[in-house]
Amino acid sequence: MSDKKLIEIDNLEFSFNTYGGEVQAVRGVSFEVKEGEIVGIVGESGCGKSVTAQCLMKLNPEPPGFFKDGSIKYKGEEIITKSERQMRKIRGLEIGFVFQDPMTSLNPTMKIGKQIEEIFIERKMYSRSQMKEKAMEILKTVGISDSETRYNQYPHELSGGMKQRVMIAIALVAEPSVVIADEPTTSLDVTIEAQILDLLRKLKEDLGKSVILITHDLGVIAKLCDRVLVMYGGKIVERGTVDEIFYETRHPYTSGLLSSIAGLDKKRDDELSPILGTPPDLFSPPIGCPFAARCEHAMEICIEELPKEYKISEGHSTLCWLEHEQAPNVKLKAKSYEESDLL
Amino acid sequence: MKKYIIKRVFISLITILVLVSVVFALVRLIPGDPFASEKMTPEIKANLERYYGFDKPLIVQYFTYLKNLVTGNLGYSMFYPNLRVNDIIASAFPYSFDLGMRALSMAISFGLILGIVAALNRGKVLDFTCVLIAIIGTSMPDFIIGATLQYFFGIKWGLLPVAQYKGISYTILPSIALGFYTLALVSRVMRANMIETIQQDYIKTAKSKGISKLRVIIKHQIRNAIMPVITILGPIVAALLTGTFVIESIFAIPGMGRHYVQSIQNLDYTIILGMTVFYGSFLVVANMIVDLLYGIVDPRIRVSGE
Amino acid sequence: MEQSKFRVIGKNTEKMESISRPSLTYWKDAWRRMKGNRIAFFSLILIVLYIILAVVGPYMNEFDYTSTNVDKMNYFITSPQFKDMELIESIKDMFQTGHYFGTDEIGRDLWTRVWMGARVSLAIGFIATIINTIVGSIVGGISGYYGGRVDSIIMRIVDVLYGIPYMIVAILIMVVLGAGVTSLIIALVLVGWIGSARFVRGEVLKLKEQEFVEAAKVLGVKDRTIIAKHIIPNIMGLIITNLTMAVPRAIFAEAFLSYIGLGIAPPGCSWGVLAKAGVKLMRIHPYQLFIPAFFISTTMLALNLIGDGMRDALDPKLRNE
Repeated sequence: MSDKKLIEIDNLEFSFNTYGGEVQAVRGVSFEVKEGEIVGIVGESGCGKSVTAQCLMKLNPEPPGFFKDGSIKYKGEEIITKSERQMRKIRGLEIGFVFQDPMTSLNPTMKIGKQIEEIFIERKMYSRSQMKEKAMEILKTVGISDSETRYNQYPHELSGGMKQRVMIAIALVAEPSVVIADEPTTSLDVTIEAQILDLLRKLKEDLGKSVILITHDLGVIAKLCDRVLVMYGGKIVERGTVDEIFYETRHPYTSGLLSSIAGLDKKRDDELSPILGTPPDLFSPPIGCPFAARCEHAMEICIEELPKEYKISEGHSTLCWLEHEQAPNVKLKAKSYEESDLL
Repeated sequence: MKKYIIKRVFISLITILVLVSVVFALVRLIPGDPFASEKMTPEIKANLERYYGFDKPLIVQYFTYLKNLVTGNLGYSMFYPNLRVNDIIASAFPYSFDLGMRALSMAISFGLILGIVAALNRGKVLDFTCVLIAIIGTSMPDFIIGATLQYFFGIKWGLLPVAQYKGISYTILPSIALGFYTLALVSRVMRANMIETIQQDYIKTAKSKGISKLRVIIKHQIRNAIMPVITILGPIVAALLTGTFVIESIFAIPGMGRHYVQSIQNLDYTIILGMTVFYGSFLVVANMIVDLLYGIVDPRIRVSGE
Repeated sequence: MEQSKFRVIGKNTEKMESISRPSLTYWKDAWRRMKGNRIAFFSLILIVLYIILAVVGPYMNEFDYTSTNVDKMNYFITSPQFKDMELIESIKDMFQTGHYFGTDEIGRDLWTRVWMGARVSLAIGFIATIINTIVGSIVGGISGYYGGRVDSIIMRIVDVLYGIPYMIVAILIMVVLGAGVTSLIIALVLVGWIGSARFVRGEVLKLKEQEFVEAAKVLGVKDRTIIAKHIIPNIMGLIITNLTMAVPRAIFAEAFLSYIGLGIAPPGCSWGVLAKAGVKLMRIHPYQLFIPAFFISTTMLALNLIGDGMRDALDPKLRNE
């Protein structure tokens, strides 16, 4: 890992126009991704994590979506103001994207090999045979053994895990510097999940890529990430290293997430405690802390005013009034270090 | 795939058999006497009835007809006793086929273009125009379109010939009149499919590869949107076929449709029967081919059928 | 800052499930979008207007739809007596005679004939389609919901019947039954129910496999209740939309059959009959074609637009638009 910053996002706001008005999907998100690190974004469905990721490649449909504010810089260049034509230089070549649902994300009427090669076809980077070589090579890299057969098959002839590998192959074939993986394992079963995660880890360790991993599964985060962003209601509510998030939890939402996952460390009669309620409707987000309504530590101020970001240590910060000096001292539930081996 | 083809062929054969039987029964139920004329004497009439086999019991007639049908013999006309139905079809079918193919190719090519253009400009003036053309096309009966075209292009402005079928310029108006409904239908289906495909996840995948917008549209959007259009080819052929009845009458084209309408008015049993069987079988076979074609074109069906 | 602001109040159980977007039921939402669709709304007004005129139109002047008048044949603003007059003047003159649309080749009043024809065309369109839909829904519904042997038998029959070109069968039935409104309806129903049966069966099958129906079954809800509470409410919109789209097809079929001389026998009239008569005289008196053509086309257009509007309104995928 080096300190070179590949992506810098500052105060990003992205909204969608619907019949009832504006839905504010992303409300002022800032973070950065350094070379060779895996950044995890975790949160419930509808918290804005996918939209944020797709903003990086301008893949959200515009309209109805639109950038309201902020900036996204890739290697120092502003993305938001780029035209479609300019974006093509970044898509696939600089940033690869692995989509959520491998079942529907491959073109059903195009052969696997063709879908992988497609990145090069218009760019005239390689000859026909070189393209095929590239495709075969990447298929092997993502762990598809009989690549010759797979190359000529259609998506429906492949299993779900295979399709996800193909999706990763598509994202990787042009050797981008950053790979964004949007819930890459959600629709797969556990054994396949482990293989795919292993593959993502290798991306970082062997190829030195940066990975942005979007998930709602803290288990996946723990296994893979260097740093974690916890998103809620279109905002990042806590950020830090994996250890900081898991063992020195400072936001009640993160704490709630942690105690709602099942782990091998739980005793048989330990109950899982879900976070009751649903995330706020971003159609008209609350003025105060978005989590206030579901937070057991909520104070009056939480409803009235949005907290600022409190820095706990270098790189670890939280968006919570509990850090205010006048707030009562609350000990949030976190993982204990003893459990760490089991997670 | 083999099993699927066999099953499909079998259903088609049954359909044709049912069709022949129903039509045979219906034709015999038609009121009126085809031999009625002033000069007709009982002897001549009895002779004629023997000639056409009407003196035998209905069931015998039915099996004789089936037997002849298998050998491809559709019998003689009753209005023009020297004309074989086979000959009438042989002389008239090329006209209808030519007209039909022109209308079909025009309708499909322009229909697809219109649908694609509309979908790509969704919500804009161009989309509205395409949709308007499509709606007008599905809302105007073909004989009205035919007569209107005839009136303006033929009579009022004198640009194109309005009757007969003797050269390229003669084919233009009837092809448009016949194909307009189909054109509208194809463009509506294509537009809807295009709009549906653009919301598919794989379009986003394609975009994420940084390929050009044109390539996304052609290779990913259109390629997937065009598939379901094949499924409406069956009804399209049927619509074109019935359309020829009026279009050929209006434009005085000596095709099958015109003969068919005439023979209905003449109560010419054997021609009605023969042509209906021919039309019906033609459509059944066309439908079958469309089904099989769909299986070949769409890789998903191709494999699951194996 | 005030210390009281930092009083812990805990969870707000009311607010934590709150949805701030206006909540709409399926039908309310469909109605909201239908109302917003101005084109469909105007189409509906047009159809209602035509229906009203079909009822009262023939009484709006003193003429009968069958009585001829040799002194006023092919009377219209294009007639010779209006040759030197301004257009406005001639229209005024024509209106004063009561022949709002002029007369036909044997002097019958076209206005009266158009609205008498509307009665026939609209009645056939709606009645045949409604019967089709009812028969088709019952057959398709039973076939789709109960499945198994009943379904496979019914569907084999429907498959075979569906392969037969329906217009040809309709023509033959008309030839057998002879021209007339009743024969037209019979012919259109005999060939038309198959389409609705296939459509309804497909939709019922789709619904049957959905989790909420399976859940109801597992909970032991009776078939009758499932059909009444889950199947029918979910399928009703689609059936009505399908019906709306089928009416213009039936009107077209009537016009087509009348055009080839099989629909309505003279002196009766329908829009198809009028159009056929118009085509004959198109070279000299084009108005006799264009007047009935206008009504056939606008009716079909309006019904198609209403159907389109309804389909869009009921499509949950378009909810946010």
